[in-house]
Amino acid sequence: MKLKKVFFISIITLVLNGCGDKSSTDLTSEVEEAAPSQFFGIAGYRVGPYGPSGAPIATGYIDYLTLLNERDGGLNGVRLSWEECETEYNTAKGLECYERLKTRNPLGPTAIHPMSTGITYGLIDKAPVDQIPLITLGYGRTDASDGRVFPWVFPLMTNYWSQASAIVRFIETKEGGEKSLSGKKIVLLYHDSAYGKEPHEILKVEADNFGFDLVMIPVPHPGNEQQSQWMRIKKEQPDWVILWGWGVMSGTSIKTAKKVGFPREKMIGNWWSGAEVDTLAAGPSASTGYIAANMNLSGKNFEVVQEILKHVYQKGKGGDESYVGTVLWNRGVAQAMLTVEAVRNAQAKYGNTPMSGLQVRWGIENLSLTQAKLDELGFGGMVPPITVSCENHEGPGVVRFQQWDGEKWVSISDWVLGDQKLVRKMVEESAAKYASEKNIEYGCSS
Amino acid sequence: MFYREAGQFKKSYKEDQAILPILQDKIGVVVILLIAFVAIPILASDYWLTAILIPFLVFSLAALGLNLLTGYAGQLSLGTAAFMAVGAFAAYNFELRLPYMPALVSFVLAGLTTAIVGIAFGIPSLRIRGFYLAVATLAAQFFIPWLLVKVGWFTNYSSSGVITTQPIEILGFVFDSPAKRYFLVLSIVAFLALVAKNLVRSNLGRAWMAVRDMDVAAEVIGIKIMRTKLIAFGVSSFYCGVAGALYAYAYLGSVEPDGFNLDLSFRILFMIIIGGIGSIMGSFLGAAFITLLPIFLDIVINEGAEILNLKLAAGVTSIMQLLVFGGLIIFFLIVEPLGLARLWQIAKEKLRLWPFPH
Repeated sequence: MKLKKVFFISIITLVLNGCGDKSSTDLTSEVEEAAPSQFFGIAGYRVGPYGPSGAPIATGYIDYLTLLNERDGGLNGVRLSWEECETEYNTAKGLECYERLKTRNPLGPTAIHPMSTGITYGLIDKAPVDQIPLITLGYGRTDASDGRVFPWVFPLMTNYWSQASAIVRFIETKEGGEKSLSGKKIVLLYHDSAYGKEPHEILKVEADNFGFDLVMIPVPHPGNEQQSQWMRIKKEQPDWVILWGWGVMSGTSIKTAKKVGFPREKMIGNWWSGAEVDTLAAGPSASTGYIAANMNLSGKNFEVVQEILKHVYQKGKGGDESYVGTVLWNRGVAQAMLTVEAVRNAQAKYGNTPMSGLQVRWGIENLSLTQAKLDELGFGGMVPPITVSCENHEGPGVVRFQQWDGEKWVSISDWVLGDQKLVRKMVEESAAKYASEKNIEYGCSS
Repeated sequence: MFYREAGQFKKSYKEDQAILPILQDKIGVVVILLIAFVAIPILASDYWLTAILIPFLVFSLAALGLNLLTGYAGQLSLGTAAFMAVGAFAAYNFELRLPYMPALVSFVLAGLTTAIVGIAFGIPSLRIRGFYLAVATLAAQFFIPWLLVKVGWFTNYSSSGVITTQPIEILGFVFDSPAKRYFLVLSIVAFLALVAKNLVRSNLGRAWMAVRDMDVAAEVIGIKIMRTKLIAFGVSSFYCGVAGALYAYAYLGSVEPDGFNLDLSFRILFMIIIGGIGSIMGSFLGAAFITLLPIFLDIVINEGAEILNLKLAAGVTSIMQLLVFGGLIIFFLIVEPLGLARLWQIAKEKLRLWPFPH
């Protein structure tokens, strides 16, 4: 009986607290209105099976925003504010986060990085209605690169198909140049999910063009047991293995490759299987020689990383110093930089005030970051120069290859471009199919 | 004082058999329906509608479907999410291939398709029961998403296996705003809940309960076990299928087969365990508990940390939320193992005597 009373009282206090908190939120938002800020909604994940990959990205994103506030006092005099919402890589939770972040600021969030292909798909229809740009750096819908059909979605830098095509080009140069791939055998070892199926079509076309044998082997989620897949790879005797893994799967692949004696120098991971979390999970020495494609380089030798260490971490305002300089943390920083530069671009046109989603969309679509500009921002060498247009929401479409030397990633190539003509053709076909399914009239308005 | 049935006489069998025999219950239900149908669409913000109320209603429907099967007919199932997937993909294909069909018809057809699939997977229940049956339904949980990924036709050969739903359109009227979608979902859920309530009071419902309580005895008094169990699977799957279609069309807008995983099945099972097994109302209470409490806790913890000026890392709040949530589930089950619906029943009995218990 007593227990129940305690319980009911605790419930009532909980509810009352909830109400109290509500009113206090209103108060804080009023304060925010007094000093308007550019609000960044961050949908990330730090818990759950993919948390180890999500945490560095979100930390990098926030560290860069903190850097601007600490060093420059914001962006052209406008303070940056943000709120992180935990999605656990779950589509339903991601949508809840999106709806919540939408209400947080009079202007709404600047742009949303859903950080999950599933959540991206869920938001594609909502973004135009709410006028919030979606930036999906290296994930999400590949055909959104066609900005005429997807005006609000920006798969910046490069997409899955460009990447797959670039990996094939890279293998070709490794094998000794033109026509060297004919008669060779390449295995695609992929996560058996929407994400893992992305490169199938383009690799099939590339296999015809180059004359290599393509063998596709699925790994069921979550992929922590791959003995049978690797026995099959051993039987097939491929020249190369392309690894399209995610989370625990990538590390297990490298580990099992070592067990069955497949050379790691002949394994190429994509950018979601090429981070420190993967190689360290497999064991630093087991991973030696493993190659991964990447859209940004890792390491602390970039000016912006040093700036963040100086202005953010030395003041004790950083997230977690052990992430600094890793592949995924650098990617988070690059994501933040692209978003901020889009806002800066919009400010140049609309004035130095907080920008709305509509204005930021213009800012992204007309973004042009030359090498000189990147050097000035401290990102020289970390990311490729990028130019966005209405037709092309992807940008350069290049990737760079890094190899694990037993302790860290070392860059072993310049920026490699795939068969952009082929990628573009497939993107346009796929986007046109989507447009006809959805009855979208498309084109460039401006 | 207010909740008392003294003086309310039933003068005919019809009155005696009414769903809500007590006047106060009738008033209560009318008030709830008025709030749900009139007040909420006017007052609630888009955030409330899309992120909280629509998922709550959709999960209530799925929990209701599972409750008919597990709570009333006594057949434990772990395949709820798979049946929802069938409903979602069936509705998508009906709309895609027969574009002029009103959405409502697609939803019903999706439900019927799911019912057929459910009956097929219910066949093992004729020979095995309890935990062994749970394992058999687990097969559905793994087989169906695998099939949907494997056969490209189901997803219209989408390169990634994700489907984007068509707009919900009924005879030229498009449900495009959150309030309209909420209204549609609410109408469907309210109607199906009424049907379910009547089903379990009918001959069929009594047969289900007889089978649940002791199938040998039920067979002895002349209940056809096979028919009863398979109908239970069919009806339950119909509800789950419609819930799946609404999950895709009214809530997420795009789904992939992997989204309907075992995790979701367990969530729905927990809803009925916490809400109350064998109770229509329990399905709603359980769905509310499981879908709304994490969001509520998340907000309370975040705001609380802000007020106390604690700087919490984002991951910490999520983990705290999981801890508190898990703790509350255990607490509730200790306080009331029969679920929230039982708690409500106890409250009603107390109210009858209140304020003079003696």
